[in-house]
Amino acid sequence: MADYSTTQTPEAIEKKGFRRTLDDWYEKFNKFLIKIKFDKWKGWVYLAPCIILLLIFTGWPILNTLRMAFLEGYDTMLELGGEPFQFGIGNFTKVIQYRGFKDCLVNTMLLCVLTVPISTFLALLISVCLNAIGPLSRTLQTIYFLPYVTNSIAIGMVFAAMFNMVGTAFGGENELIVTAGIINNVIEFFGGTKINWINEGSSYWANIFVMVVYIVWNALPFKILILLGGLQSVNKQYYDAAKIDATPKWRVFTRITVPLLSPMIAYVVITGFIGGFKEYSSIVGIFGDDMGPTGDPRRLNTMVGFNYRFIAEEQGRASAAALILFAIIFVVTMINLYVSKKKTHF
Amino acid sequence: MKVVLQNLTKIFPSRSKKPGEEVVAVNDFTFEIPDGQLIGLLGPSGCGKSTTLYMISGLQEPTSGKIFFGDDDVTDLSPENRGVGLVFQNYALYPHMTVKQNILFPLQNLRGADRLTKEEMLERAYEAARLVQIDNLMDRKPSELSGGQQQRVAIARALVKMPRVLLLDEPLSNLDARLRLQTREEIRRIQKETKITTVFVTHDQEEAMSISDMIVVMKLGVVQQIGVPQNVYDDPSNLFVAKFLGTPPINVFEGHVKEGTLYLGGKMETEEVYEETKIPEVAEGEEAIPVTETKTRIVTTYEGGQPVLSVPGVADGPVTIGIRPEGFVVDPEGPMVCNLQNVEVMGRDVSVVSTHEASLNPTIRSIVDADSAIQLGAEHIRYSLKRHKVHLFDAETEERIYFEV
Repeated sequence: MADYSTTQTPEAIEKKGFRRTLDDWYEKFNKFLIKIKFDKWKGWVYLAPCIILLLIFTGWPILNTLRMAFLEGYDTMLELGGEPFQFGIGNFTKVIQYRGFKDCLVNTMLLCVLTVPISTFLALLISVCLNAIGPLSRTLQTIYFLPYVTNSIAIGMVFAAMFNMVGTAFGGENELIVTAGIINNVIEFFGGTKINWINEGSSYWANIFVMVVYIVWNALPFKILILLGGLQSVNKQYYDAAKIDATPKWRVFTRITVPLLSPMIAYVVITGFIGGFKEYSSIVGIFGDDMGPTGDPRRLNTMVGFNYRFIAEEQGRASAAALILFAIIFVVTMINLYVSKKKTHF
Repeated sequence: MKVVLQNLTKIFPSRSKKPGEEVVAVNDFTFEIPDGQLIGLLGPSGCGKSTTLYMISGLQEPTSGKIFFGDDDVTDLSPENRGVGLVFQNYALYPHMTVKQNILFPLQNLRGADRLTKEEMLERAYEAARLVQIDNLMDRKPSELSGGQQQRVAIARALVKMPRVLLLDEPLSNLDARLRLQTREEIRRIQKETKITTVFVTHDQEEAMSISDMIVVMKLGVVQQIGVPQNVYDDPSNLFVAKFLGTPPINVFEGHVKEGTLYLGGKMETEEVYEETKIPEVAEGEEAIPVTETKTRIVTTYEGGQPVLSVPGVADGPVTIGIRPEGFVVDPEGPMVCNLQNVEVMGRDVSVVSTHEASLNPTIRSIVDADSAIQLGAEHIRYSLKRHKVHLFDAETEERIYFEV
């Protein structure tokens, strides 16, 4: 047998030496890992990057909000100046006593209560129809999904133009606004009188109506997506069985489709309420930063809009307002979960 | 209610819409199901039996042909107007309703004059539940029931509206072996009690034979044979039917008939050299010179083999022979000599596994009387054959060749 070790080149021997150092290091490292019981901790080590980021950008702000909310008259600038704050619930009482608070709460609740059922019901109808038609369903799905990928401020501006009064309150005689006021144009075409939807002097309920239309339209795609997915996973044989049993269409919908979809419906309603309580940008989209028609700013202010007013100067109150909103959402979600547990199947 | 199928045909168009790629699921099915009978549609998967069932239910439309319930033409009637009860293969019980609600559901759909009062509905539901013996489970959800119980609920739901025809799609395929045996007797009992014309689909020949009044054997959309189970078994019209029915399956041999005697084997393939003369194609004006080539071909001849049975009146020629396992009699003087491989004692009967060079299956399985004198460990076993258990089939068309028993 030839001795191959003698035939190796000097480079190869050197590499072997380098390799040996690497192996030694590797062995030492392994021993170290065993010493610190790495196996036990490795799950946490792998999760660490994610957890650290979450703690910095989500965990700490939540804790800080809690802290700020319970310090009387808290202000970041003053704190940086070294001023001490006392512990107390003054921020909460102040927030509740604000003139606008009750209006914001009422606006938010109203929008939630109106839009969530309407959009859920419409989404259900549309998804059932989409599921039933064959050839065009793909195209229509895309069309129905468009609002989801469109900027809500941009949609708001389009809606603002659609619901405008033509040429009268909005824009002077020399301004030519062709697309503005299309809704009023349609109303006049059918012989109605035009309505002041969103301009100066418009009524509160007209404003709310526009908001409901806008929010419902904006909320539909996500709900359709979820419900359509649910529908497509329903076993077709239930419908065959219903057909054999001569079940009227409406009864198939109420007694088979809706119960089988109930988990998805519950999900859509719960997320709808959570989103509804955070309504803000849609109102900015239509009424602008004023949160109301010209001449009556803040008329349509919501809880989130209310919060934003404090953020710049009175962080303590903003935190308190945020916690109040959280408490409301929490309670409503709990009620939702309780109801859905009783009503949904499986 | 008798059900008449008239030239029933179902063609599924090809997905690519190219002609010639469509699937003929059911081809020209004509049959009259007598009133109050239990009919088993039997065949391997893809033979069109379920399609036939769905066409009777109305869930699928026939491409051509007609369906009658009694004297009513129901071909163009939608399923809800046909008054059929259908039990799906996986039952399709509504998961969110209790057993009671599931059974009540078809009754609550009734409108107009047929509408029952609440009490009548409950009474009917309980009656149906009692029939399938689930009246103690009425408040359970389907997910809380075993497969067999779910199956009964499905039958009760189909029966509660008193259908004109009851259809069962592979009703036992989701049940375990023991439950299957029990449930098929149950189905038989329920059908006898209600006297509803029932059609059920299965690929399990034992199941079909054990409970049907009549069976319909199908293959690739074409009906092979219709008849009383025992008759179809004893008197198969072709090799497919003979092979499909019976456990253990029929033993198939190749052989031939010569001068009224049936021979097993004897197939000889010889190479034959022959000359072929061709006139090549040539351009006009030239003279074509015939070319002679020497070629070989394989010629099959039948000569010799093992004479096993006299079959007077059968024309000479190759045949495929089917012998039922119970058609063998152990006989030291018997004409058929097999190589003994294994003997399985099953108590009442003895199952003998042997081989034969003419057999088309790897082994021959015969079931003989336990009293038979079998020499264990012997190299050969000799059989004589029961004439009525031997079936001859045309080697090409696989159609039955009849001979005098």
